[in-house]
Amino acid sequence: MAAATTTPLKTKDFVSDLDVRWCPGCGDYSILKNIQKVMPELGVPKENVVFVSGIGCSSRFPYYMDTFGFHTIHGRAPAFATGIRASRPDLSVWVVTGDGDGLSIGGNHLVHTIRRNLNMQILLFNNRVYGLTKGQYSPTSREGMRSKSSPQGSIDYPIDPIALALAAGATFVARTIDVDAPHLQETLHRAHAHQGTAFIEILQNCVVYNDNEWLELEDRKTRISSALSLEHGEPLVFGPKGDRKGIRIHDGVPSIISLRDGDDPVSHGVATHNESHRSASYAFALASLSRPEFPLPIGVIRAVEKPTYEAMLHAQVDDAIEARGPGDLKELLHSGDTWPLS
Amino acid sequence: MAQPKKPVEDVEDVAIRFAGDSGDGMQLTGTKFTESTALAGNDLSTFPDFPAEIRAPAGSLAGVSGFQIHFSSEDIRTPADEPDVLVALNPAALHANIADLRSGGMVILNSDAFTGKNLERAGYDEDPLPELEDRYRVVEIPLTALNREALKDLKLSTRDKDRCKNFFTLGLMFWLYNRPIDSTLRWLESKFRGDVLEANLRVFKAGLHFGETTELFPVSFTVPKAKIQPGTYRNITGNQALAWGIIAAGVQLGRPIFLGAYPITPASEILHELARYRHFGVKTFQAEDEIAAASATIGAAFAGQLAATTTSGPGLLLKQEAIGLAVMTELPLVVVDVQRAGPSTGMPTKTEQADLLTAVYGRNSDSPMPVLAPCTPGDCFTVMIEAFQLAVKYMTPVIVLSDGYLANSSEPWLIPDVDSLPRSEVRYHEDPKDFMPYRRDPDTLARPWAIPGTRGLEHRIGGLESEENTGTVSYVPENHERMVQLRAEKVARIAQDIPPIEVNGADRGELLVIGWGGTYGAISSAVNEAREDGRDVSSVHLRHLNPFPSDLGEVLARFRRILVPELNSGQLRHLLRAEYLVDAESLSKVQGQPFKVNEIRARIDRVLAAGS
Ligand SMILES: Cc1ncc(C[n+]2csc(CCOP(=O)(O)OP(=O)(O)O)c2C)c(N)n1
Ligand code: SF4
Ligand SMILES: [Mg+2]
Repeated sequence: MAAATTTPLKTKDFVSDLDVRWCPGCGDYSILKNIQKVMPELGVPKENVVFVSGIGCSSRFPYYMDTFGFHTIHGRAPAFATGIRASRPDLSVWVVTGDGDGLSIGGNHLVHTIRRNLNMQILLFNNRVYGLTKGQYSPTSREGMRSKSSPQGSIDYPIDPIALALAAGATFVARTIDVDAPHLQETLHRAHAHQGTAFIEILQNCVVYNDNEWLELEDRKTRISSALSLEHGEPLVFGPKGDRKGIRIHDGVPSIISLRDGDDPVSHGVATHNESHRSASYAFALASLSRPEFPLPIGVIRAVEKPTYEAMLHAQVDDAIEARGPGDLKELLHSGDTWPLS
Repeated sequence: MAQPKKPVEDVEDVAIRFAGDSGDGMQLTGTKFTESTALAGNDLSTFPDFPAEIRAPAGSLAGVSGFQIHFSSEDIRTPADEPDVLVALNPAALHANIADLRSGGMVILNSDAFTGKNLERAGYDEDPLPELEDRYRVVEIPLTALNREALKDLKLSTRDKDRCKNFFTLGLMFWLYNRPIDSTLRWLESKFRGDVLEANLRVFKAGLHFGETTELFPVSFTVPKAKIQPGTYRNITGNQALAWGIIAAGVQLGRPIFLGAYPITPASEILHELARYRHFGVKTFQAEDEIAAASATIGAAFAGQLAATTTSGPGLLLKQEAIGLAVMTELPLVVVDVQRAGPSTGMPTKTEQADLLTAVYGRNSDSPMPVLAPCTPGDCFTVMIEAFQLAVKYMTPVIVLSDGYLANSSEPWLIPDVDSLPRSEVRYHEDPKDFMPYRRDPDTLARPWAIPGTRGLEHRIGGLESEENTGTVSYVPENHERMVQLRAEKVARIAQDIPPIEVNGADRGELLVIGWGGTYGAISSAVNEAREDGRDVSSVHLRHLNPFPSDLGEVLARFRRILVPELNSGQLRHLLRAEYLVDAESLSKVQGQPFKVNEIRARIDRVLAAGS
């Protein structure tokens, strides 16, 4: 393997020479720019970076990164990434998937990859629609969404990516927003630093087929009331001055408490965010917060440590070599009962 | 062993089928008999035939498990059409197998099991034994009682005692065919402990002793050593050989092995076997399904591993979309399909060869890839090394078609000299100067294997059509056509690595019998017998099914008639007709069972009679 890159990398080092082909105004542009911005800050030689995607508008992503990239088949990117990372723990592996790619056709692989806790980042661009196939409802679309394939309104109940990731035993789960550059960048840093599968749902706008789906969260003015910004060790409060509110969680059931100016939220029963809570039930309570009844949690929902799949796999290889010596083909072929014939 | 007091007769060739309930331990009995027979220096071939249900109702026909072993002092290639001896531990085992027994053959049965209820469960209205005696030599032995008697003072439950009776049977059969007992004793001692060990040892010896003392057997038999190629031998099943072939490929090509698989009969043993050899650096990944297994395998190939994925028919179908991506991205990996009877779930434990067209054509669009098939259990080892060599040399996924028969049957295998195994160097591309991910080697048309972690080679690949050389996404019509042709041409060029066809028999004549895969033993035996009887017939066995050997057309043209025996409805015949415009005839069998030599022989005679 080549030696580590010596000169510091810049954003432009991660920009490939392929023209970006998303619709003007698509949320994917902002995500791309922010990832290209963060990459050099991570200190990983770019030859060690691999972007893996499935199929969808979002899954075109690897073509635009000047790293190693693999645009695979619909829904299976986490499985391809598993093969890469399990065999090559020296590589920094990033999966880019969509709400259709990751939750519909590829739901199975998403669940099992998260469950195994391979050290990789999975970025799910959630625009609540099938973009590439021109606008059918997706597994995250709201009930009743009118789309090409649901002219009378979707009769599917949506799935929540965060709750699914938690149910799969995710060790790192976060939600961020395409146009919130600082938060997106910070979340990418956190995800990269995490040892294990880091799952990030990125709320992404599809201008063409589902415009303004996340407007109240993307717009700074409304975000204060519609988003619950999560900070480890800080109380779960939201709302503008004069209309401050907090989230209380009792027996796993969240409710909203109104606060007056100057109130100490915690003494009024507002929960304190603990992303590394031993029990996942706190994170599930957060995941259950949905619009419009509750503000939508934005930030790191859960971050705990667990040995990774590849570390354990390679440890088994090392243990086996330690115990039996490196494999010897001749010895293998002659193991067990053999007999000479002359 | 005690000095045999009864006379011993030499026989050249014997086939025994052990049959009982699936809980009776027939597979183990057969395997132990096989190991000892191998040590005795006979040539042999085995065929285990077990039910799909792990535990079908006791005593039922569905629960019958069988193991046939054919051993000889001559060269043999099949488990034999008809056993000479049937060991039946219950009425169901008798009912399910008696039709196969050679007329005049011997039935050894557990008379204690032939009671009203068992007869009924086996579908017998009345006691079948009186009628049997007209056609076979029936030896009734109260196995259950003798076994219990031998263990009467041991503190084991009756149920546990009864479970030992397969070792009584084994002991008796060892006596009858004068098999060496040492390795079996050693195995028992290593496998069991305490009362169970004591019980098994006792009944095994009681079985031997019973043979010596009973009046039921006036003589015992022995099969002289076979005159086979000198060297060190071992028994090997197709699945084990396949797994070892994968390990050997890693060693010989000097790169780490990655196996992605999802359990499926009859391919699971390959995963089990490889999981035991992490000290060879083998990384096995049990995926959530076959799609993930194939995908992870392709990911590992992209990352520079010698990657394989193993499955059976239904799993192959799930993998095909991913395999198509490997064709498109031109990554080296080996896909193993241990074929079983289908369609759909079909008969999972039974053999068939009906995935050939799927392997050659079964992906969307023009998606060519090489297809290889081993012809004997031991050949599964060799074929895997070749498959990896081709995959890496031509940068292509390769399919290997084994089958349920090869997977589970065993043969004595001349252990190859490791130093003589093919070796080749695998080179990753490293030079960033003028690097283009789809620039091709002029000879092989292979693109470079440029793996992540190599500085200056950052590039993107994917399922979208790529521009020739540069690999950037391209929708240019002419480029697509060119790439389709290049992918086809690359696979076609593999023919340059295929050795000339070896014709078994005269290289021209009246009839050519052509087969592929696990039917080799039956076809070559039938053709050799026919030739000994003066028939004008030859045979060819294909290992390369895509591309075909470049001289296949010429070879076919040298024969007036072509017969293609296959365990499917004529898939190779279909390919031969399409490719060479020859009027090949099909001998098709789709019963989940391998060919009998006689079935092929009879057809050869018919074809030749019709032609003259
Ligand atoms: C096997 C297969 N089935 C269907 C498709 C068609 N297809 C491509 S992308 C897509 C949906 C993508 O939706 P999403 O993952 O949300 O990505 P987006 O375009 O919204 O970013 C579908 C159905 C395909 N490429 N492959
Ligand atoms: S269709 Fe939607 S998601 Fe796709 S590129 Fe256009 S705006 Fe983006
Ligand atoms: Mg989408």
